Amino acid sequence: MTSTLEDAFRESLALVAGADPALARIVALSLAVSLSAVAAASAFGLPLGALLAVARFPGRRGVIVLLDAFMGLPPVVVGLLVYLLLSRAGPLGELGLLFTPGAMVVAQTLLVLPILAALTRQIVEDAWVEYEEQLRSLGATPLRAALTVAWDARFSLVTAVLAGLGRALSEVGAVLIVGGNIEGVTRVMTTAIALETAKGDLALALALGFVLVALVTLLNAAAHLLRRAAERRWG
Amino acid sequence: MAGEGILPLELRGVRYAAGGRTILEDISLRIEAGPATILLGANGAGKSVLMRLMHGLLAPCAGELLWNGRVADSGVRRRQAMVFQRPVLLRRSALANLTYALALAGVPRREREREALAALREVGLEQVAHRPARRLSGGEQQRLALARAWALHPEVLFLDEPTANLDPIAAREIEAVIRAFDAAGTKIVMSTHNLGQARRLGDEVLYLHQGRLVERAPAERFFRAPQSPEAAAFLRGELPWS
Repeated sequence: MTSTLEDAFRESLALVAGADPALARIVALSLAVSLSAVAAASAFGLPLGALLAVARFPGRRGVIVLLDAFMGLPPVVVGLLVYLLLSRAGPLGELGLLFTPGAMVVAQTLLVLPILAALTRQIVEDAWVEYEEQLRSLGATPLRAALTVAWDARFSLVTAVLAGLGRALSEVGAVLIVGGNIEGVTRVMTTAIALETAKGDLALALALGFVLVALVTLLNAAAHLLRRAAERRWG
Repeated sequence: MAGEGILPLELRGVRYAAGGRTILEDISLRIEAGPATILLGANGAGKSVLMRLMHGLLAPCAGELLWNGRVADSGVRRRQAMVFQRPVLLRRSALANLTYALALAGVPRREREREALAALREVGLEQVAHRPARRLSGGEQQRLALARAWALHPEVLFLDEPTANLDPIAAREIEAVIRAFDAAGTKIVMSTHNLGQARRLGDEVLYLHQGRLVERAPAERFFRAPQSPEAAAFLRGELPWS
């Protein structure tokens, strides 16, 4: 058993070091799906969060509580919902998206959107407390003020986006359900790890695990460095 | 309307409460063009709230504020500026902070940089024009906030304890800029609890005590012979001044 593990470990390192084509394809699809999902989620989540931060309307508190709660949505539940939507009998079944990368993008977008919106809301609201009076004194309209505050908080917002990307890359439940882990089509890092481990191909699973952990670590380090650099540059 | 000023500002029976607590009660006064007006009072007397009401950042719960007989509109708001205790500066260069304010004030793009540089020169900050505003020292940040106000050429400038967080040297620099505003004909309305500063800069004093205006007097007379017992106690308690 020990030797099996050792072999798997050695083999996995060789896969990573040799940039094995099968491994590379899986990593590339993972990045493509998750980056697309985060881009889509950002397009809606950032404005939504900024708006929630500065707008005042009845029920606002409730929306914020709900959004914060949705940050922890279980990926399998999101996957199930998107599966039901996209399945042939579902309301969006005609799109034929189920078991395609497109479906995976949709699922991860829904998963990441509340995270981005909730973090943005928090970031912009904190800044808003500080800026509001000054910006009103200068005669800024609410929209102009919101944009100014969001721009001033841009480095914090980038870290929020990177957090969303980390979440998308490392979730398995949603992409497994709507993608189906079809080799060469919808197989991404996390689903491959789950499958290969079950099949006993520990080398590929481990290799993917290394890449995944390295990517997520890199993202977090980037977020950290960016904030520090921005702090030093702009105060 | 050209050439007509927005002053005097008249407050009639202004009341302000928040969170079930009355902060200002029945304030009636006239702020005339000309002499610098100092708001004095202990912490929590309502100085900051009164200035925010005057500047239009807060709306009174009762009573009215009239600028030269009219309710404030955007034209009136544009001719006043406010400098806060803690300067709020954007994460961009000192110069860009000024051009931003000028843009909001409707100054055409090609004139903004020239006007911004002129305002920076006025407060002695032209050499840091391209430095990030938030990396400046506390005193420089407050002078930048004053330059931002200066660039807008306000008729009335509200200052809410502008030197409260600064060391004495930086505070004197701020005072010099405020004096320059005053000399240029800008109406100064400033709150402070630094009595020395009030004497140096003030022509008239409004003394607030627990949300009420209890005394209004020329500065010289206020400090020599306060008429109200509250102001007299305040002056005794705060002595010696710097």
